[in-house]
Amino acid sequence: MDLENILNDLQSDLEMVFSEHDLNEVKAKYLGKKGEITVLYSKMKDLSNDDKKSFGANINNLKNEATSLIDGKKEEINTKLLNEKLQNESIDISLPATEFQIGAPSILEKMIEDVEALLMSMGYDVVDGPEVEKDEYNFEMLNLPKGHPARDAQDTFYVEGDELLLRSQTSPVQVRTMLKGKGEVPIRMICPGKTYRRDDDDATHSHQFMQIEGLLVDKNISLSDLKGTFDVIAKHLFGDDCQTRFRPSYYPFTEPSVEMDISCHHCKGKGCSICKNTGWITVSGGGMVHPKVLENCGYDPKKWSGFAFGFGAERLAMIKYGINDLRVFYTNDLRESRIFDRKEAN
Amino acid sequence: MISLEWVKDYIDISDQDLKELAVKITKAGINIEKVITNHIDNLVIGEVIKCEMHPNSDHLHVCLVNVGNKNLQIVCGAPNVREGLKVIVALPGAILPLGGEIKKSQIRKVESNGMLCALYELGLEEKTDEAYNRGIYGVRADAKVGVDAMEYLGLDSTLYELDVHKHRNNDCYYHIGFAYEIGAILNRPVTLPDDETKPIKDDIVNHFSLQVETDKCPYYLAKMVTDVKIGESPEFIKKRLLAYGMRSINNVVDISNYVMLEYGQPLHFFDKDALGDKIVVRKAKNGEEIRTLDGVDRILNSDDIVITDGDKPVCIAGVMGGENTEVTDATKSILIESAIFDGVSIRNTSSRLDLRSEASIRYGKGLSYEYTLKAIERACHLLEKYAGAKVLSGMVKHDKVDKTPKVVTFKSLEINNLLGITISDDDVKTELNRLGFPFEYDNGEFKATIPPRRLDIDPYVNDIAEEVGRLYGYHNLVSTLPKVAIKKGVYAPDISYRKIISKRLRSLGLNEVKTYTLVSPKMAFHFKYEDKKQITLPLPMSTDKSVIRTSLIPSLLKVYEYNHDHKVSDVCIYEIAKTYDATYKEESKVCMLMSGNYLFNQWHSVNVKVDFYLIKGIVQNVLDYLGFKDRYTFLKMELSDLHPGICAGIMLDGKMIGVIGKVHPKLTKDDIYVAEMSLEALMDKVALIKFKEAPKYPLVVKDMAFVVNEDVMSDEIVNVIKEAGGKLLTDIKLFDVYTGEHVALDEKSLAYSLTFSSPDRTLSEEEVMVVFENIISAVEKKFGAKLRNK
Repeated sequence: MDLENILNDLQSDLEMVFSEHDLNEVKAKYLGKKGEITVLYSKMKDLSNDDKKSFGANINNLKNEATSLIDGKKEEINTKLLNEKLQNESIDISLPATEFQIGAPSILEKMIEDVEALLMSMGYDVVDGPEVEKDEYNFEMLNLPKGHPARDAQDTFYVEGDELLLRSQTSPVQVRTMLKGKGEVPIRMICPGKTYRRDDDDATHSHQFMQIEGLLVDKNISLSDLKGTFDVIAKHLFGDDCQTRFRPSYYPFTEPSVEMDISCHHCKGKGCSICKNTGWITVSGGGMVHPKVLENCGYDPKKWSGFAFGFGAERLAMIKYGINDLRVFYTNDLRESRIFDRKEAN
Repeated sequence: MISLEWVKDYIDISDQDLKELAVKITKAGINIEKVITNHIDNLVIGEVIKCEMHPNSDHLHVCLVNVGNKNLQIVCGAPNVREGLKVIVALPGAILPLGGEIKKSQIRKVESNGMLCALYELGLEEKTDEAYNRGIYGVRADAKVGVDAMEYLGLDSTLYELDVHKHRNNDCYYHIGFAYEIGAILNRPVTLPDDETKPIKDDIVNHFSLQVETDKCPYYLAKMVTDVKIGESPEFIKKRLLAYGMRSINNVVDISNYVMLEYGQPLHFFDKDALGDKIVVRKAKNGEEIRTLDGVDRILNSDDIVITDGDKPVCIAGVMGGENTEVTDATKSILIESAIFDGVSIRNTSSRLDLRSEASIRYGKGLSYEYTLKAIERACHLLEKYAGAKVLSGMVKHDKVDKTPKVVTFKSLEINNLLGITISDDDVKTELNRLGFPFEYDNGEFKATIPPRRLDIDPYVNDIAEEVGRLYGYHNLVSTLPKVAIKKGVYAPDISYRKIISKRLRSLGLNEVKTYTLVSPKMAFHFKYEDKKQITLPLPMSTDKSVIRTSLIPSLLKVYEYNHDHKVSDVCIYEIAKTYDATYKEESKVCMLMSGNYLFNQWHSVNVKVDFYLIKGIVQNVLDYLGFKDRYTFLKMELSDLHPGICAGIMLDGKMIGVIGKVHPKLTKDDIYVAEMSLEALMDKVALIKFKEAPKYPLVVKDMAFVVNEDVMSDEIVNVIKEAGGKLLTDIKLFDVYTGEHVALDEKSLAYSLTFSSPDRTLSEEEVMVVFENIISAVEKKFGAKLRNK
């Protein structure tokens, strides 16, 4: 038997193989127990020692070559099968994804956290106080004695008699913080929170709203320091090209008092309906803490000075996000609030 | 409202552009809301150089009018038009208060290029038959042709509409007070008007006595004039009152208003003969009546202050006079009152009677005594000059007003430190002079006296700093940052805790909402699962915002309803807020509401619907995250407004901290699940995280299923399994709950998958089986359970 012919036969047999089953049959025909190659080994015993050696080497070569041919064919078939399978598994990747509903923050909380993040980086602590508050802390210690005309402007919900109320501003938290400080330690804090006034709810009024107030009491603090601080806040919230200005104002608890404006980000100061053609939008009020307030809270105005400022969280959010109705914040239409499940531009 | 034409009497502003001045004043803190001018464009002085009858009319004239740069043909219907007359010409484009815009037109086929004007046509006079018959207004023959007519006539007045902060709304709302403000800004002196009189010998004390019986009238001055001739007011008074929006009545009444607008001090004029010889100022008696000048009968009470003739009221002090002593055309003698009354009392009376007058508004804002005397003298001067009055000598007065001057002692350095500027002692001196604050200066120390008219200024250096600062200009402040120690800002622990829970809930897919603290009694009535009394406001704005909530669930249900009504049916929301009960105890709560689909992809058949076990998973996830694993349980109980069979208390260390369940079907048709927990309880300390190595040796997993009575809770079985399983049992999972044909009606089958492992060796089948059998017998014994398969 010519070994060459066996190999040729194997090759032509393999050409007719298309499945693993066919391949196994061919493998058995040549390499099986009675396979054409296997049986060659039995012929060895009839040969001389020298011939045995060369014949044996030849059969081994033949077997190796046959094995490699069959393995190659196997690989070829497997690849073909896999390709077919992959083709079958191909999908329409344009079909809708399974959407993950990650919760959105309240717009107001988002706004507040934005301010908190900045001011905490400047060393301000964030503190909190009760919403049912004493008249003493909400008004009297803030230089707003009973009968003061400025109390009218903050028409208040009284809870019991004229001593307990729903706080009309977050300033009582400043009072509480100063009282805690006992006139001994410097103070740097903000106190975001809910406040209440007797206003009918409409597009620009709400009986419940949120303030973000800040207080800094230390040595040699000036109105210019407040201006610088306000600049930093304004640029943080409204971008680096935001301009600021101070205007004289009046609050019973600060002296001097200022109103703080930012340049209208919408028209860039040219004048539009948002800024009522002035180019400026008032976003905050503040000033130097009134010496009476410092005194009331145990801080000697001869030694200490400080500034306070306040923002309306709703107003900031309305300006920043182009919201024109205050009620949006308390209606909680999920179609609107879900927009805020997003990171801000850097 | 302030008329600049009027202010000119007290301060020189002739060189000022009034619009620019308004900006300067606003920058210094007195907000000018609007600058109003009554200027009319395209109104010039012209001369009629030719005047002929109109060819197609028997009363119209065709005139040729020189308007300076050209001659215009204008048709005129006034009877008094004639050649050589100098007139006011409205050129095409002029917009007149009556009659609109003037246009080039054809009048009976003759071209007309404007209009010759009567005063009423310019809104400077009332339109009456008389005014109509007077015809067009002829200006003086020496008037220059072509110049602006309103300017030439001196009628070009500018008004400032003010919107001033409360603290300055007293001294800025009269012309002299405003003049001081301009004086401070422009650094110019203010001249007060003439108040000289030539009093007659007769003294007021011969005619009149005064008694003040209330401390709500600290200051009361009265003077008397006789021989008053009631008539028309002089032009300047009429014009100025008109500009302010006050109708001229007669010279006497106008003078009282005029002086009020000058000095801010309300005056009251009584007809002396009607009044008698006595004034008593006292508290009104309850039920006392007076008919006021407007003809309305008013009923008073003891909170009001009245002026009486010793018997009956003749005036509600500071609000309005009585009809019984009103100045009439027949009045001969007048008693002039200039007084200070308690502002709060006037405010209350005025609002109770719903009667607001210029006087009551001014008293209500607070009034200084600075001009009480000046005003009465000025009124006498004007009455003498313009009403022929004779002024009696002397004055009747009651003076208990505290005139202690407010003095501030300070150094420039204090001002500089407060404002963050550097100005010298000389600069401060200049500023004080500008403000009209008298001061002494000694070796670097200032002692400034605050003029009484500046009620807003308290004797603190901060107040002086504000005055200096606003004149210095806040726009000139250079931004600096406080020179303070560097430190880290931190959240107060409770805020930090709220943020942690908030973030966790958001990452679990719940949206944060913000609702109102004040709710309706109906809302407050629901979900009262605690034994708490609620706070009802004594004076709410409306009943739907009258109760302070103790639970947030009703508020979240409202949010659910809103969204559901707007076709948003997958609602997963939470809120963290404070609640208060009637003992004023504060309790922060976190509330969750979930309904609809939690995860949904319809075409792909992904649909995780919200049910009890889902919201339970959310609560568990939060509690585990907070570090309370193995410290909490859910205890089945019935709670109001929750489904009695789908409801539990959330227990932490055996104490109830909240509720979880399905909203009772009587409240809604929808499947809504809620959970609410008190945050106070969750602020408890938790153990630090401790690393636990994952099992290195093979796990043995074995399943078991029990048939038990349907009332047996899975938690109870799990506890028994855990106890019996000991250390080797490392995990238990419920994998099947079955009720149906293979078990009895009142039974269920629960199948658990148990995992056994040891951290230090491979377990043998034998030792696992020993534990496994122990577990089975423990459960069988405890619950009468039957093992379903092995």
